[in-house]
Amino acid sequence: MLAVLTLVTGVAALLLAAWCGWAAYRDQPTKDWHFIGMAVVSVLALVQLVVGIVQLARGEKPEQGTTIFVAYLLGAFACVPAAGFMSLGERTRWGSVTVAAGGVVLAVLEVRLYDIWGG
Amino acid sequence: MTSGEAEVVVTQERPTRLTSGPGTLLVWLYGVMVVGAVSRSIYQIATEFDRAPLAYTLSALAGLVYGFITYTLVRGGEKARRAALVCCAAELVGVLTVGTWTLVDPSAFPDATVWSDYGMGYVFIPVLLPLSAIYWLRRARTA
Repeated sequence: MLAVLTLVTGVAALLLAAWCGWAAYRDQPTKDWHFIGMAVVSVLALVQLVVGIVQLARGEKPEQGTTIFVAYLLGAFACVPAAGFMSLGERTRWGSVTVAAGGVVLAVLEVRLYDIWGG
Repeated sequence: MTSGEAEVVVTQERPTRLTSGPGTLLVWLYGVMVVGAVSRSIYQIATEFDRAPLAYTLSALAGLVYGFITYTLVRGGEKARRAALVCCAAELVGVLTVGTWTLVDPSAFPDATVWSDYGMGYVFIPVLLPLSAIYWLRRARTA
């Protein structure tokens, strides 16, 4: 369950990054549709956070430690919304670049989460 | 880069703002590095400091430098710009020194730092970030 969710969130994050990267390439700021995309990715990360905590509550142990696991779950959840808020303040292509970078960072976090959980 | 002229105009109107345009991306990346380096070093120093004291201390130091640079970028102004420039230079020196050190004498580092192997574990962001930040900060002055 968690592994699938990690994969889906990671792929969605990369898609978001490509989409916002495309907007930046065309010299456009983030628009309503981009924010809907960010919301979808953020919801995925939130579901992942909840599922992760439920797994912990059931007594399952991440391979590399509970603290690190929870820290990464929280980081993954905060990542895209934080970038989204910054792009609200920067209504140029650079706002789009920032969200694209946020998507890449989230994808990296997902790979780490996969390792931390232990496959 | 067609937007180059537009940015210059923006920075001319508000010469003290460092977070506009590419600055947004820099603040974001520095913010990510702050969270990464600080949380990592807090965890490691609190739980397993004896394993690799040097590496964890250096990670904490890196976190502090990142935090200070983020603060100066957000704050803006000529003084902050200069302070950020100095810190970015220090950061670059740090990355290059620690990066070389980890390659030459791996035994001193039983565990990785943020700056190990020039930041390879962080997609080389640690070495690219100060370079782009110095470029941006220098341009913010001439604008």
